[in-house]
Amino acid sequence: MAEIRVHKLHKAFGAFTAVRESTFTVADGQFFCLLGPSGCGKTTTLRMIAGLELPTSGTILLGGEDVTFKQASGRDIAFVFQLFALYPHMNVRANIAYPLRAQGMARAEVRRRVEEAAHTLRIGHLLDKPVSGLSSGDRQRVALGRAIVREPLAFLMDEPLGALDAEFRELMCGELRGLHDRLGATTVYVTHDQLEAMSMADAIAVMNQGVIEQLGAPQEIYDRPASLFVADFIGSPSMNLLPFSGRLARGARAVQLENAELAVPELREDGAEGELVLGVRPEHVRFDDASRLRATVVETEYLGTTQIATLTTAGGASLKARLPSALPVRPGEQVGLALRGERLSLFERASGRALRTSLHDAEAARG
Amino acid sequence: MSRGISHAHSIVEPGPLSRRIAAAVVVVYALVAMVPLAWIFLTSIKTPPDSISYPPKVVFKPSLEGYCNLFTTRSRQTQDYIDTLPPPSGTCERITRERNMVVVGPSNYAPRFVNSLVIAFGSTALSILLGTTAAYAFSRFKVPLRDDLMFFILSTRMMPPIAVAIPIFLMYRELGLSDTRLGMILLYTAVNVSLAVWLLKGFIDEIPREYEEAAMVDGYTRLQAFFRVVLPQAATGIVATAIFCLIFAWNEYAFAVLLTSGEAQTAPPFIPTIIGEGGQDWPAVAAGTTLFLVPILVFTVLLRKQLLRGITFGAVRK
Repeated sequence: MAEIRVHKLHKAFGAFTAVRESTFTVADGQFFCLLGPSGCGKTTTLRMIAGLELPTSGTILLGGEDVTFKQASGRDIAFVFQLFALYPHMNVRANIAYPLRAQGMARAEVRRRVEEAAHTLRIGHLLDKPVSGLSSGDRQRVALGRAIVREPLAFLMDEPLGALDAEFRELMCGELRGLHDRLGATTVYVTHDQLEAMSMADAIAVMNQGVIEQLGAPQEIYDRPASLFVADFIGSPSMNLLPFSGRLARGARAVQLENAELAVPELREDGAEGELVLGVRPEHVRFDDASRLRATVVETEYLGTTQIATLTTAGGASLKARLPSALPVRPGEQVGLALRGERLSLFERASGRALRTSLHDAEAARG
Repeated sequence: MSRGISHAHSIVEPGPLSRRIAAAVVVVYALVAMVPLAWIFLTSIKTPPDSISYPPKVVFKPSLEGYCNLFTTRSRQTQDYIDTLPPPSGTCERITRERNMVVVGPSNYAPRFVNSLVIAFGSTALSILLGTTAAYAFSRFKVPLRDDLMFFILSTRMMPPIAVAIPIFLMYRELGLSDTRLGMILLYTAVNVSLAVWLLKGFIDEIPREYEEAAMVDGYTRLQAFFRVVLPQAATGIVATAIFCLIFAWNEYAFAVLLTSGEAQTAPPFIPTIIGEGGQDWPAVAAGTTLFLVPILVFTVLLRKQLLRGITFGAVRK
């Protein structure tokens, strides 16, 4: 297994820029997610690491070796495709053995390694079956078998769970992460599903329009989104984004929203003014009759342990609150809202950039 | 019993009556299509007088005379001379003597038939080879002017081939390709390759790129991936295309008449030239035609499964 270093990777298809100057490092043994909406460049990035696409500029180092323009077959990486790409004219055993046969490995050794991989994935009983009759979960296991049998430098996975049923997906999420840990693998995993990314990854790169908007641990991305895009993309329901205009000086600890003064984390930069956005997660909103921020309940959505209430403030802004399901909430009800001050985010509206506040202190201390 | 149960068949499936009508139409069409074939076969096992009798004989004594005449050349002799010969050595010799003739040698049918086999299968193989590689390139790579090139390839089919008969005749004479097997193979390939490229591109487009990409990541070159992963999956398409190419090359008559006369002559221009005593030897012509049908029939029957799958391939996405 090896470290993957991607430096200023750039890919243009004619006038369209798919990936813009991306730089990141996947540490040896790390489970790294490229997360973003479709068309954000995450798959193109992965395909460039695999050698299925050549970059316009930039470099890719695999275990220290520059492989930027090397052929896919010479890179010693394994790729798991969304639609599995199992060779339909071969049975399970032949599919898993295929990469080993490319290396001209001795028959007995191929047999041993294939059976070992099949055992790891608990598909030993399927080895002599044709791939056409398999369930999608088993197909995915065979595709993984073909990837692990080679003991490659890294695993690259392009939405490998995208074609599975919801129940299977959850199961395979756990299996994939377990497999990664057992093999001590380095994995780059592409997905548009934030839950998959959150539950599996050590580090996530959130991409949008070819740019990595934020790179960090799942919790960091959730708690301290670096941009409006990340704030909106991560979380379900996503972060409430409440626009306001005002002037904040360094050290400011409150903002004026509608006619309420709200406590926010202390501003750590030289001041901001104009159109700003206050970001608040639905779970950081609660009802408080004493609050001057007034809102009307529009509807509620019952989710079992919690409920999501959709609200409209007196100023016309819409937001969602995650509330205990036991709390009686009726549409049309007038309520006051309290926000958890120390967990709020502030953004510049035009650039989308997050303002630096005491929320980032822990990160600064660590870095 | 409620109406709902008595009309229990699915509303999207045809009902029993529609099925019966469809079956009847198919059977009638099959019978109509079979009549000429049956006529040819029956004629091939008639004697020459039976074959031209009017009204046509439906009940007759079968004879191998047509097949004997097809494969032999004969000469007429006097009864006295024939009596001096040793007894006939085979069926054909016996049949021939009954007509006061002796076999003097083999006819040209066998070599013409071999020419047909070589030219038809040779041009089919070449068309498929060129067609598959071209179709793969058009399907997978950014070929400059791809759409224009594809249209150009198709446009070679837009005029009747015979419209270029004279230029081709002159070209072939200059190039020394007239009346050669190679010349005919190249000519039929030129006609078939456009069909092959278009058909095969459709089939290859349907094969997901991921298969080759998986193979390339797994350590194979693109060429290896093409041979080991793409070709096996394009097999049904290749078979279907091959049958179309083969049928064209096998049946082609106009260019064969124009460009071949001896060495490389194929069976179609040869069969009508079979002359018996006092006119066309119809049983021999019918026998030649019957045998001529056999290779295509065998090829198609052997590969009918792939052919059917090939023709309906891509109609329903999985």
